[in-house]
Amino acid sequence: MIPAAFGYVRPGTVDEALRALADGGEDAKVLAGGQSLIPVMRLRLAAPSMVVDLTRVTELRGVRDDGDALAIGAMTTHSDVISDPLIREFAPLIAQATETVADRQVRHRGTFGGALAHADPAGDLPAVALALDAEFVLAGPGGRRTVPARDFFVDYLTTALAEDELLVEVRIPKLAGSWGMHYEKFNRVAQAWSIVAVAAAVRRENGHIAEARIGLTNMGPTPLRATATEQALAGADAGEAAIAEAARHAAEGTAPSDDLNARADYRAHLAEVLTRRAVTAAVGL
Amino acid sequence: MTAVEDRPMTAGPAKEVGQARKRKEDARLITGKTTWTDNMVLPGMLHLAVVRSPVAHAKLGTIDVEAARSAPNVVAVFTGRDLAEEQGSIPCAWPVTPEMVNPGHPSVAVDEVNHVGEAVAVIVARSKTAAQDAVELVDVDYDPLPVVLDMERALAEGAALTHDHVASNESYRWIFDAGEAGTGSSTDEAFAKADVVVSRRFVQQRLIPAFMEPRSTVVQPQGDNYTMWSATQVPHILRIMLAMTTGVPEHKLRVIAPDVGGGFGGKLQVTPEEVITLLVAKRLGKPVKWTETRSESLMSAHHGRDQIQYVDIAADREGNVLGLKVHLLADMGAYLRLVTPGVPILGAFMFPAIYKFPAYRFDCQGVFTNKTPTDAYRGAGRPEATFAIERIMDELAVELGMDPLELRRKNWINADEFPFTTVAGLEYDSGDYEQATQQALELLGYDELREEQRRRRESNDPVQLGIGFSTFTEMCGLAPSRVLGSLSYGAGGWEHASIRMLPTGKVEVITGSTPHGQGHETAWSQLVADELGVPFEDIEVLHGDTAISPRGLDTYGSRSLVVGGAAVVNASQKVVAKARTVAAHLLEASEDDLQFESGTFSVRGTPGSGVSIQEIALATFAAHNFPDGVEPSIDADATFDPVNFSFPHGTHICAMEVDTETGMVTIRKYACVDDVGKIVNPLIVEGQIHGGLAQGIAQALYEEAVYDEDGNLTTGTFVDYLVPSAADLPHFDTGNTVHEAPGNPIGAKGVGEAGCIASTPAVVNAALDAVRHLGVTDILMPLTPERVWRAIHRGGDGGDRATAGTNAYGGAQTETTAGVSTPESRLGGDR
Ligand SMILES: Cc1cc2nc3c(=O)[nH]c(=O)nc-3n(C[C@H](O)[C@H](O)[C@H](O)COP(=O)(O)OP(=O)(O)OC[C@H]3O[C@@H](n4cnc5c(N)ncnc54)[C@H](O)[C@@H]3O)c2cc1C
Repeated sequence: MIPAAFGYVRPGTVDEALRALADGGEDAKVLAGGQSLIPVMRLRLAAPSMVVDLTRVTELRGVRDDGDALAIGAMTTHSDVISDPLIREFAPLIAQATETVADRQVRHRGTFGGALAHADPAGDLPAVALALDAEFVLAGPGGRRTVPARDFFVDYLTTALAEDELLVEVRIPKLAGSWGMHYEKFNRVAQAWSIVAVAAAVRRENGHIAEARIGLTNMGPTPLRATATEQALAGADAGEAAIAEAARHAAEGTAPSDDLNARADYRAHLAEVLTRRAVTAAVGL
Repeated sequence: MTAVEDRPMTAGPAKEVGQARKRKEDARLITGKTTWTDNMVLPGMLHLAVVRSPVAHAKLGTIDVEAARSAPNVVAVFTGRDLAEEQGSIPCAWPVTPEMVNPGHPSVAVDEVNHVGEAVAVIVARSKTAAQDAVELVDVDYDPLPVVLDMERALAEGAALTHDHVASNESYRWIFDAGEAGTGSSTDEAFAKADVVVSRRFVQQRLIPAFMEPRSTVVQPQGDNYTMWSATQVPHILRIMLAMTTGVPEHKLRVIAPDVGGGFGGKLQVTPEEVITLLVAKRLGKPVKWTETRSESLMSAHHGRDQIQYVDIAADREGNVLGLKVHLLADMGAYLRLVTPGVPILGAFMFPAIYKFPAYRFDCQGVFTNKTPTDAYRGAGRPEATFAIERIMDELAVELGMDPLELRRKNWINADEFPFTTVAGLEYDSGDYEQATQQALELLGYDELREEQRRRRESNDPVQLGIGFSTFTEMCGLAPSRVLGSLSYGAGGWEHASIRMLPTGKVEVITGSTPHGQGHETAWSQLVADELGVPFEDIEVLHGDTAISPRGLDTYGSRSLVVGGAAVVNASQKVVAKARTVAAHLLEASEDDLQFESGTFSVRGTPGSGVSIQEIALATFAAHNFPDGVEPSIDADATFDPVNFSFPHGTHICAMEVDTETGMVTIRKYACVDDVGKIVNPLIVEGQIHGGLAQGIAQALYEEAVYDEDGNLTTGTFVDYLVPSAADLPHFDTGNTVHEAPGNPIGAKGVGEAGCIASTPAVVNAALDAVRHLGVTDILMPLTPERVWRAIHRGGDGGDRATAGTNAYGGAQTETTAGVSTPESRLGGDR
């Protein structure tokens, strides 16, 4: 478990990091918390020639109130996310999902940005970001650009980030109205990734569900929205029967894989059950 | 002790035995500030890395090592052809039948590779990093051969062969028939007259011991002597076997097992890497270290279990069992290692368990496949047997419409029937199954849970509740040497101990039973403190070095306390006997008039007179004033060879919740009452039970070594080979009954494997009890949520899992972690 030899730089600012990335060429890799990158390097599944370590780039750390949105710095650790008062207030779904990530040690090092840039379909945060319509702020040699969540996740372990770009922050729009949220994770042991998970955010109005946003974890090569269920829930009665009926559409349009933990048909079934449970909890039943 | 009875008023210090002493070795073990083999650094030490086969079965073509040899800091590269003359075969000490086929097991493959992860070349370099980097530079031509993975297919007519040079995939066939052996009657007759016959096929999945400390070996040459440090359970056996295998004479070889971080049977082995490290050190004349990575460990250290069990049970209508037939297919993997073929045989005698079967037949075939060899894993043979019998008893109860506990009660050996000779010819020593069961039922809160189960069933709750039993026994204390001989095992089962009384009164206890985390240092100190009457703190336990502890047979099979501890007690008593002679001389009294109490000899009826055994130690050192004709030493040693096994037993009850919507199973409550005989240290006993339960429950719910159709181990990391942590396990309600073992001076029966042996069937029986009314009759282990869900909603036993690893770490598996370069690793991108 020794990685192949690699070069290493530890810049102090975003600009220095971008320069280091450009100098490092196409084999350069960004190191955030290292909880995904270091294992694949140790297994020699990845062998970058240059590692650009962001741990000293302090401007990437922390959560800001940015008016109509929260801005979460890419290098904010999972444990900082969990204890952040702004996140608790405006996006409790993120805190709840992050609490299910791995174990204390991993959460102490792993970062919000790293988990999203890694884009593991079994990772818990991509589906949450997708459900909350997050915006990704990317910095490159030519300046900054903002990519909506639906365009950020491109394929298995692949995002809209170009090789010379950095994810600097993630903007989470503050939700107006009375929202309930819930993350329903299904895994076999405490520190494991999701076999399937469902992120639900639901706005209630007069005993009805006015709007629902549902993100699915590990139901395809990227995180997905359960669009058919969202549509069925819009305007539906906030009761068990209507929720159960809508949840039956959760797996429509998904492309789950077969692996040791689940074959595709079982994943599709789980998506339905977990969507029902997540929405029911979010609604507060 | 009689001395205490003489003078009940002046009770000495509290007895050590029975106290929940914290383990004296733990601080250094837990902090790692100790002699783990990989902590060892010697001047000029070289490092090994092993190039491993990424294919399961192939002829070896050319192996191009030039690029590796000329890589920076690489000192040498050896292939199997380079070592063929010296390496011999990894020894198999248990030829279970005279006809058993042993294909031979080169440490580094010479002509053919037979499982993924097999060594094909060794890099020697000045640093671990340099060695590892060069692994990818070795270019091996593999000429693929058909891969044999499935035991049932492997035995079919015309099956492909695991090894090119053997005639079939069967290594041996071993039969025990109680009718023929005269220990029971004929099974054919029993089954012919039975009202009810239940037949099942159970699968013991393949498991990986997954000890915490990876294996590591260091060898230092000194002239023509060699010292080997190795993370092994068996330094004594290793020394003998290495001498026999490599030609380094036994007296030129010293083996040291320093502190060893767990083994679970996984380090009861003579490993290819130990042979390789020795041979390389010998060739180069320099100290050499090999330490495995976790990936290497999971794919190349021996695996455990992996049996298919065809079990038939016969009974009359009233539920009296009449006969038991067991046919096993036991997966050897690709090679026979130290006790590979013997593991299922250790289970052969335990299938009848605690029940009074009149007739019994056991028939086992050892089968080769292109997988990592199997060998001992916690319980070795007995968990398999216990699982089969406790599962089939439940199936029989269902067939008869009887309560599973009533059926067991009807057939188990009653407390007044001990010692009891079973249909397998074993003489069970002591116990009371009813008492343990009653206690366990109370601990569980049985009646309330049964009531809740009924309510959930009636309301058709999505979460159903079930209760499962395992009323088990096991044979421990391996083992009477004569019995081992009759089973063709290559060694005895005695254990050795010696006591050295130091001049300052401190005591060194030398044990041949080498611990690897069990707490021997604490327990042995407690034993000796009571025997010699010296303070616990004045005792040091030495072990694990063949130069310090010259005789021993090490730790496995719940033998240490029962056999090794017994030797310690016997040696202590010899010390006291010798000291008594000296004391009589010093006190100018007759030996018969002396009493020995709390470490002091005194003359009966003469208060105030006395000499302590610690003072006698100094007097012996000085030897100025010694009895005539007595040699000036009170040191002693003892070798204990038991005449019988010991038979711990217990009742384990699991209450299990099953979420019928998702298939998720959650242990609601777990209660067990174990009878492990005399308890020397309750804390250690509790710890062994907890650890054993964790492993037994893990077999039921979590762990499985999965191979894909090409023979790659896809559970190649701890992401996919699922070992539970404390967060995943319930609180355990544990208790004990005590029926002392008559076969050793301590009265202990052994506890190291109990939890692991007993728990697995209790857990599976509980899950089945929760969903049986939904038509489920069996679910394959581990009970993944998917399997449970399928069994409930699609019928069947849950079926095989998909073999692909999960996508964490890019689906890392042996294909890529075998140390071969892959296009991905060269590209430098994520897969
Ligand atoms: C034992 C264990 C269990 C885990 N369980 C879970 C789980 O249950 N759920 C879950 O969601 N995750 C889990 N994880 C993963 C964990 O959440 C990781 O922390 C996370 O996936 C990666 O974050 P990181 O900061 O460690 O990123 P790194 O490992 O440092 O980087 C990951 C990838 O993202 C890239 N990257 C990182 N930051 C940036 C950036 N700012 N700009 C551009 N690219 C960037 C890196 O180059 C790399 O390719 C687990 C990890 C471990 C070790």
